[in-house]
Amino acid sequence: MEKIIESLSPNERKILPYLEDNLIDICKKSNLDKVAVLRALEYLQNKKLIEIESEKKKIINIGLNGALYKKKGLPERRLLSVLDQRRILSLNEAQKEAELNDDEFKVSIGVLKKKALIDLKNGKIVLNSNKEEITKKSLEEIFLDTLPREMENLKPEENFALNELKKRRGIIEIEEEKKIAIKINELGKKIMNSKELSKDLIEQITPDLLKSEKNWKGKKFRRYDVSFSVPKIYGGKRHFVNSSIDYARKIWTEMGFEEMKGNYIQSSFWNFDSLFTAQDHPVREMQDTFFIDRKIENSNKKLIEEIKKAHEKGVDKSKGWKYEWNLELSKKLCLRTHTTVLSAQTLSNLKKEDLPKKFFAIGKCFRNETVDWSHGFEFNQTEGIVIDKNATFQHLIGYLKEFYKKMGFDNIRIRPAYFPYTEPSLEIDAWHSEKKVWLELGGAGIFRPEVVIPLFGEYIPVLAWGPGFDRILMDYYQIKDLRELYKNNISQLREIKTWMKN
Amino acid sequence: MASVKFDRKIFEKEIGKLNEELKNKIALFGTTIESLNEKEIELDVTPNRPDLLSYHGFRRSFLSFLGKKTGLKSYALNKPEKNYEIIVSSSVKEVRPYTVCAIVKNLEFDDNKIKEIIDLQEKIHATLGRKRKKLAIGIYPLDKINLPITYEAREPDKIKFIPLESDKEMSGLQILQNHESGKAYSHLLAGKIKFPVFIDKENKILSMPPIINSEETGRVTSKTKEVFIECSGFDLNLLEKCLDIIVSIFGEMGGKIYQMKVGGKVYPNMKIDENPISLERVNKLLGLNLKEKEIKDLLEKMGHSYEKGIVKTPSWRTDILHEVDFIEDIAIAYGYDKFEYKIPEISTIGKENSEEIIKRKISEILIGLKLIETSNYHLTKKEDQFVKMGINEKQEKNFLEVENSKTEFNLLRKDLTHYLLKIFSENIDNEYPQKIFEIGRIFKLNSQENIEEIEKLSIGCAPGNFTEVKQILDYLFKNLGLEINVKEQEKAESFFIEGRCANIIFENKIIGYLGEIHPKILRNWKIKMPVSLLEIDLSEIFKKFN
Repeated sequence: MEKIIESLSPNERKILPYLEDNLIDICKKSNLDKVAVLRALEYLQNKKLIEIESEKKKIINIGLNGALYKKKGLPERRLLSVLDQRRILSLNEAQKEAELNDDEFKVSIGVLKKKALIDLKNGKIVLNSNKEEITKKSLEEIFLDTLPREMENLKPEENFALNELKKRRGIIEIEEEKKIAIKINELGKKIMNSKELSKDLIEQITPDLLKSEKNWKGKKFRRYDVSFSVPKIYGGKRHFVNSSIDYARKIWTEMGFEEMKGNYIQSSFWNFDSLFTAQDHPVREMQDTFFIDRKIENSNKKLIEEIKKAHEKGVDKSKGWKYEWNLELSKKLCLRTHTTVLSAQTLSNLKKEDLPKKFFAIGKCFRNETVDWSHGFEFNQTEGIVIDKNATFQHLIGYLKEFYKKMGFDNIRIRPAYFPYTEPSLEIDAWHSEKKVWLELGGAGIFRPEVVIPLFGEYIPVLAWGPGFDRILMDYYQIKDLRELYKNNISQLREIKTWMKN
Repeated sequence: MASVKFDRKIFEKEIGKLNEELKNKIALFGTTIESLNEKEIELDVTPNRPDLLSYHGFRRSFLSFLGKKTGLKSYALNKPEKNYEIIVSSSVKEVRPYTVCAIVKNLEFDDNKIKEIIDLQEKIHATLGRKRKKLAIGIYPLDKINLPITYEAREPDKIKFIPLESDKEMSGLQILQNHESGKAYSHLLAGKIKFPVFIDKENKILSMPPIINSEETGRVTSKTKEVFIECSGFDLNLLEKCLDIIVSIFGEMGGKIYQMKVGGKVYPNMKIDENPISLERVNKLLGLNLKEKEIKDLLEKMGHSYEKGIVKTPSWRTDILHEVDFIEDIAIAYGYDKFEYKIPEISTIGKENSEEIIKRKISEILIGLKLIETSNYHLTKKEDQFVKMGINEKQEKNFLEVENSKTEFNLLRKDLTHYLLKIFSENIDNEYPQKIFEIGRIFKLNSQENIEEIEKLSIGCAPGNFTEVKQILDYLFKNLGLEINVKEQEKAESFFIEGRCANIIFENKIIGYLGEIHPKILRNWKIKMPVSLLEIDLSEIFKKFN
């Protein structure tokens, strides 16, 4: 019990003596506002000193017009009393004398006619009832006098009156009110009457308090309810896509890979031709790729010749694609459709004495797409190449398996696939242990001789991969809609969890 | 990637029960199951294997992959009989120069087989044929045709026949204008003075490639026993491959294949492709240690034959360009699931791109100031980049557009500023203060009309004033150990308040701007808070640290 008393906040202490009163009185006596009292009551309930029973009730109250009419009388009453004196009146006169606005006048006539108290004849109002009927209070008037009332327990005639009045503007208002009943239990009663309550406890520790030892020595500190929830705060944060990309970047560098970087705007020469993608390949249509209406010359004439030869006749006994390669088409600019363009450029800058080498890239790629939950025109790819005379297909799978293990996927499988620039090619799936499905992650392979020879000068196995990255991101952050990656909803960015894998 | 649908009952009867094991084998063959229900199985076929685009083609290769009926397949070719001839007129040279043809007899069609042939035709049109641009195929019941046939080009108004799916005679032009198929492919003949046609001995028009067959002679039914097949287009080599794929499917259906004389040559030839293979290179690239016999068996599983260093490949395989294509086939036959994972011990040194390191440092400093990083698209809308920023688009020159974007995003962003304002405008219901930054690439044309891609940093505060954003700028550069100055902009950017904006100067170069956003711009974006903002070109900073 002592512990509980020590944990009572100043406001809880203030209201404790008045718990047997109703809410309004508690507020008055403790000199606290309703919000503070309600919160203090909740804390007391958490400490199991009281039980609060609350119920929502609909309360019928007098509205703005209603209050006015209560003073001056309902419009129909006012009209009736004018008629009581004159019996027959023209509409205009009646309205004027009863001091009613158009609305009120219309309603009054409607109401009185309905009750058969008046008649309308030749544009005149004729009183149609005796004194007794006139003076009798209407159901509406009687009901109005009883307000405020709870919605429940209305008598049938009161319900009728309510419905009539509800049709008219501003006479009544229906409010929802939370009604609470406080039940004080044994412990609560004990504490209410405890002498310990008046004991002085230290609240906030202030610099003033710390100035002198006597301020706190031997005194008790008020106990806090440490389980209570505190207001949220937010810090600064990396964008979740970038922080996960940084994580992948770390994996590749730890595995001895060097980062490649390059432009988003590339010539078709680098994006397609250097990767043995024939000039009539569907990916080179505007349907699929963002082209820019500009051209760029490649100054490396020797390389152009080699690429042309690879396409037309093939290199190293390859048959090639057997068509006439068009230099102009290769100059056309596009937004890179894959990071593999960086691998091609890197390969063309390598010298034999540099080997073995391993490179990676993670970055944006583009495709001409409409935007919906599973499509977008920008996506992230993670690229890697290993240039090593002893590299094999098994190494390719090994690197990929290691990368995905670090990304949290222990079980991957590979299937045959097709890309114009790799052979053998494969597709990687990762087993999603919660969803129990294979996630398609993307493609990989060993660069074809038709790619390697023109770029590097001779054939050497180049292991290459370029799976998408966004699917892993979406899975990790449980994002169902691709558009959410770049929505920049600040509250989502504030709340989203940090990328954590190891 | 094309998908093909096969009848499940027939599949299970002729190939095997579709249990987990067989499904896995299908995936390991390289044809992923796209969907599977009671009636049908749908497979993805990669573009290098058009020979798998029909059921009979798939069955032929897949059974072999499973170890049944392995090795090189061939179908007997019968010499051309009298009149089995196509006369190719020189008039087609300008419009559609080549055709190759064949006759197949002894066929027994049913609805399934007719559907298979029509589907195959359409799939090849879409893939190898690049939507009929490179080639088109026609198949005709032979009993409706009088041989020999002439392939020639005629003026459109001299072409008159009833096209398929129609009941009245149309001219060449009418077909392009009014017929469904004509409208869909009219661009392929647009601008041609003459259109190509196949005509029989009685001067009956069989078809107008690559558009449509004639109703009278161009409809194969279950009663058809003999067919005439033609492929027309621009690349003779491709046409031959295509014809070989189709006649081989007829062969697989039990048809008897006859050659035809076409302009002095004879087709189809179904010439077996012979190429050398080095067992050493196979093992080296795959990291295996296969013996010659094993390699022979694996090649045979993929429908090749092997003898003494030479691989024989059927003519309908379009994908064999180089030895590596055999190596992949060997890997597939060996089983992608059987490869071991290995990571070699080669010593290379990992290295991050230095710009990425600097960008990360900058982010860390800004996060210390409780800024939130955002990430936007590199493409943007003109409305956002210009109109809402108070910029007259007509006076802008140095921006880059992409062609035929499927969305309103058709412009490469010129700055990050407008995107930060967009974020503020989309977050008016979220808690303030909002302090955000983005580091990213922008695109522009420089004075020499060269494209530049520049890494930029932009920071925005809402609510924010000049002091606030300048404090952030000062803090950032102090932490970077670099000195900067700011100087009032002589001519304020269109979106700033004059007298409350400045250029950021680093080593005597203007590298960016900062200032308070003008209320008229905030109004364009429906932002209800004051905003201050800066944007910096990071190139000079990168240089400094390199």
